[in-house]
Amino acid sequence: MSINAVNLLWKIRSKTIVDSVSFAAEPGKMLGLLGPNGSGKTSLLRLLAGLKKPTSGQITLDGKNIAQIGRRSMAQRVAFIEQHATTNASLKVIDVVKLGRFPHRSMFSGWTTADDTAVTYALERTEMTAKRNDRWQSLSGGEKQRTHLARALAQSPQELLLDEPTNHLDIHHQINLMRLVSALPVTSIIALHDLNHAAMFCDGLIVMQAGKIVASGPPEKVITKALLHDVFSVDARVESSPYHLKPHIHFVR
Amino acid sequence: MRHFSHFAVLAAVLLASAVGISLIVGLSVGIGDMPIPLASTYAAITNRLGWTTVDLSRIHETIIWDYRLSRALVAVFCGAGLALSGAILQSLLRNPLAEPYVLGISAGASTGTVAVIILGIGAGSISLSMGAFIGAFAAFFFVALLSNGTRGGADQTILAGVAASQLFNAATSYIVTTSGNAQQARDVMFWLLGSFGAVRWPEFALVSVVVGIGLIVCLFYARVLDAFAFGDEAAASLGVNVGRARLLLFGITAVMTATIVSMVGTIGFVGLVVPHAARFIVGPLHVRLMPACAIVGAIFMVAADIASRVLIPQQVLPIGVMTALVGVPFFAIILYRFRRAT
Repeated sequence: MSINAVNLLWKIRSKTIVDSVSFAAEPGKMLGLLGPNGSGKTSLLRLLAGLKKPTSGQITLDGKNIAQIGRRSMAQRVAFIEQHATTNASLKVIDVVKLGRFPHRSMFSGWTTADDTAVTYALERTEMTAKRNDRWQSLSGGEKQRTHLARALAQSPQELLLDEPTNHLDIHHQINLMRLVSALPVTSIIALHDLNHAAMFCDGLIVMQAGKIVASGPPEKVITKALLHDVFSVDARVESSPYHLKPHIHFVR
Repeated sequence: MRHFSHFAVLAAVLLASAVGISLIVGLSVGIGDMPIPLASTYAAITNRLGWTTVDLSRIHETIIWDYRLSRALVAVFCGAGLALSGAILQSLLRNPLAEPYVLGISAGASTGTVAVIILGIGAGSISLSMGAFIGAFAAFFFVALLSNGTRGGADQTILAGVAASQLFNAATSYIVTTSGNAQQARDVMFWLLGSFGAVRWPEFALVSVVVGIGLIVCLFYARVLDAFAFGDEAAASLGVNVGRARLLLFGITAVMTATIVSMVGTIGFVGLVVPHAARFIVGPLHVRLMPACAIVGAIFMVAADIASRVLIPQQVLPIGVMTALVGVPFFAIILYRFRRAT
């Protein structure tokens, strides 16, 4: 069941940000969130992470309304990676990753072997083990993003929410990160701008426009010439890639 | 084995800090118009505790107990409290230039003080420090109100603090210029620059309890403060109750700062400089940073108090002048480093 949204509406004063959004994320699958700038992707992710409360509608985790789940319990199972979150504290990579254990520790408990195992796993999975003692400020963009991912993994989440994690990364690191996330044994919901990457790596896609879902389903069904024209205002041709058999988009000049 | 060595290091550091603080307190007590040897100071303390019965001059014992020891110990807790407050605000506001007075507390305290000194509010029933404390809290509530119960973001809180400082400073100037005479204006200025001259044991009792509780709360909240490293939203997604944590931590800094300001005036730069110095020594994690700030702040403040008394013979410089003289060059270094980092 994982994350389920029913008829979400979020308004700030009179402005509607997210409008009648309903969907169900399949457990263990990667769900891509597409849409032009300002279409409500980030806002939807914030609602799903429980950081903001919807004006109406509800979000459930395994059938339980997240409004009834405490902050800490929520953080024990849902990890959220914001867009360009940074710090001026000169934390080491290991310190940042250890932050992910915060929801699992009480104010008085010490560092346990379970904490240690989770952090070691997270560092290995993101290939940041060798950089564990490097300072945040010394990291490249790709390393910072991998550190955020490691921090999220240290939370031992069942659901992972990512807000445009590949922004500002070079193509190698973009593919690397997408591959890494798609191979994780978690349910992930990922906001993306690169449509080809979304088609290639995601199991399902949701396309948003002006706060509403305008298309959803497997990439083959969602990514069409008509949709690219209507939602993204671009002229494009879509073909099935002979290399990965997923849709591939050619933008036409 | 690893745990044992950790404890050994921790114990060694804490012991060294305790020795350092007692040494500088001893030095501070010994300095003055009538110099007192270090041994006499410690003997006077152990005598009073009933551990020893060393023969001491009555005058020495009186000076130590009635004047200098309380002053030195108040300086210890004021330094610790201001440094802790500065560290908390720098973390919560994610701003390396934040310090205990960004929430408008010093401006509020000065308004409270002039209201008592010049306007005579309370007609003698309100002491000067009470007036300062009330003023400080009025400013803090004003900031809390403007920044939506401190739930607004870091920038909103800083701007609210700036607005409160401007408002209360204007009120202070208004009262001084319209109602004050030259002597009163001078009194106000000296009070604002800070002085340990008037503190005795009752002040020590108050400040030690307030800062002691503050330190304990900070230690409990060390991990929460770490979780704020990437901002409020990141902290919330880690399960921190951001609104409650901010309100509690801002509240603690407000109580500590208001208590200190109302007692010894607005001593600047300790709360700005010491957290940075402590961070250079122990790194950014708060479980170590908090005690380090308390220790470094304590030593720095007593040292500044000593310097303020010995720099010019026969004259005590305001403590705020001393801390700023040391603090400003350090501040310049921070600014320089900050500029290079961005």
